[in-house]
Amino acid sequence: MISEAAHELIIHGEAWTEKFQFVYPNEFIVWSIQIVMYPYMTGLVAGAFVLSSLYHVFGQKQLKNVATFSLAFSFCLLPVAMMPLQLHLQQPLRGMEVFFTPHFTSAIAAFGIVFSTYGAIVASEIWFVYRKFFIDQAQSQGGLRGFIYKVLTLGSYDKSEEALHTDHRMATILAAIGIPVAAFLHGYAGFIFGSVKANALWMTPLMPVIFIMSAVVSGIALCMLVYIIMLEISRMYKHPGLSNLQVKETVRTQQMDVIMMTKRYLFIFLVAAITLELLDLIFRGYTAVKSWGILSEVLLKHDFVKIFVLQYGLGNLLPFVMLLLPRLTIKRTVVALCLVLYGVFMMRWNVVIGGQSFSLTFAGFMQYHLPFIPTNFETFKEGFFGALTVIATPFFLLWLLNFIIPVIPKHSNQ
Amino acid sequence: MKLGLGAAVGAGTLITETGKIIAAAPQNDSDTRYAFLVDTTKCVGCGFCVKACKVENEIPFEANASRTWVERYVVMKDGSVYADSPKAAREGFTSPEISGYVTSSEGKVVLPHGEHEELHPLVPDEKEISKSFFVPKLCNQCDKPACVQVCPVGATYQAADGVVLVDRTWCIGCGYCIMSCPYGVRFFHPVQKVAEKCTWCYHRITKGMKPACVDACAFGARDIGNLKDPDDPVTKIIKTERVQVLKPDYGTGPQAYYLGLDHEVR
Repeated sequence: MISEAAHELIIHGEAWTEKFQFVYPNEFIVWSIQIVMYPYMTGLVAGAFVLSSLYHVFGQKQLKNVATFSLAFSFCLLPVAMMPLQLHLQQPLRGMEVFFTPHFTSAIAAFGIVFSTYGAIVASEIWFVYRKFFIDQAQSQGGLRGFIYKVLTLGSYDKSEEALHTDHRMATILAAIGIPVAAFLHGYAGFIFGSVKANALWMTPLMPVIFIMSAVVSGIALCMLVYIIMLEISRMYKHPGLSNLQVKETVRTQQMDVIMMTKRYLFIFLVAAITLELLDLIFRGYTAVKSWGILSEVLLKHDFVKIFVLQYGLGNLLPFVMLLLPRLTIKRTVVALCLVLYGVFMMRWNVVIGGQSFSLTFAGFMQYHLPFIPTNFETFKEGFFGALTVIATPFFLLWLLNFIIPVIPKHSNQ
Repeated sequence: MKLGLGAAVGAGTLITETGKIIAAAPQNDSDTRYAFLVDTTKCVGCGFCVKACKVENEIPFEANASRTWVERYVVMKDGSVYADSPKAAREGFTSPEISGYVTSSEGKVVLPHGEHEELHPLVPDEKEISKSFFVPKLCNQCDKPACVQVCPVGATYQAADGVVLVDRTWCIGCGYCIMSCPYGVRFFHPVQKVAEKCTWCYHRITKGMKPACVDACAFGARDIGNLKDPDDPVTKIIKTERVQVLKPDYGTGPQAYYLGLDHEVR
């Protein structure tokens, strides 16, 4: 048991870093699991939004149900994108300084502006999409719920055809503006890494683009997955006048519809992401500049299993094949989607942790040991349970949001 | 040896009497640009500089990080290079063991996570050593500091005389500066919980004193000077002798100059 005084002597990062060979004394894995979670969560936000925009902007009508859900889910994921950053700060109470005194030569300084802009766009789009619903509820419900809906209408009770048409137009415009902003929100997370010139693995102009592509992959996969699961849950509701078999049939049809309509977009972005990642890898190996010596050791030896087996094999290739093979079933899709999400998570892990697994000396290595059982607050917030908290939060928010707007799909017997 | 460092508190530097910087003036306004000189040929690896630094700057002695450190390089006849800096060399180099390395029973340097029956610490065979030397390291107070560029809240900044400082009351502890420094100089202070770095003992040099490490070095391996003073002995050496800087490829413009730097130095 480490005493309180001894805790004071532990440098941030020391608790989970193991060093081998020649590593500078001050080097530790400073950016840990929460910095893996940060691009993962922003990726999901951006990806979910892009999926919703496919319907709103590009008129992919078959995506209507999943698109509306994706928009709401993107809104729930949004605050969670900030959570890992807050949890990894050594001075979390000063986090707001990024908004108040941004130092614009820093990539992180733009966070406040990009994040707020994006949040405002998503919130406004949701408002336009659900405005009619708010009015209906405000007029039909009383008490606290009625009051909440009254506030949400923002005093606008116009339900004329013209007004509804304007709502639709505004939602489309916001969705269209939202796409580049979502791409920027996440591309900029890639820029934060890609612009660190001291880090040989991170420094590539491809980083923002790779991040965006994999973000869309993960966002689509998560929305598909959650939507399928929610339809499954909807089977448990009471369905007057319908037999269990009929309910099952309707749900199955809806689930298959979502899968067939959405998976093509998943494929497009998955192929783009893998192509760019492999291009980066091949280019590094071919040009073989000074850092390639240590990078090849890390990529092809130390992290080989994590990169080529877990990320590319299990997380990309296997689900790709699973989704391509004929006679696709819902169960197989669910497994494939989980693997896709795992693959993108491993990509974030291999970038963030992999980028810190070799020393700036190019002559030593560092190994990261994720803290499972927390021994103090630091090993909690930057450990397994801290990451779990981040993952669980959007689902909790979605559950809360469902009290206000009907985001959880219910099957229709049409 | 008096170097005229008192000139630091000169016109245009915007330093108050207490030494507190109220604003970083453009560099050309200052009549001081500090530069550090390390003569690696004089370093014996005693670690007194590290000890002095830790005491002077209140970096807990037992903590495994330090504002300055000393590296040992051992170059073998077969070309292999081993280097270490055990606990930043705060106790000096008292053992022939190269820390961080292990060898298999066949005497081959390996990483410990393979399937090796027995592992031994690496003690290079003296007869096989081609050359060996020590290299003191500290912040380079770069002309274009990457750490200042990436700080999202401006908590780290460059003073008019070139020294890069951290405002402990404003640092949010994001670690971006630590990631961006190619020299591995920065770390989180274990007590203050903010980014920490070598300041060349700014509190001392701005009062005309030498940094603690310079004063503690009995061999004259470390010294500081003012590049804007042509009569400064350190400036004269930098201007007239063959000096090198660490990792110039990163474009940071490091201002710690080295005499006798070997190409193996990382």
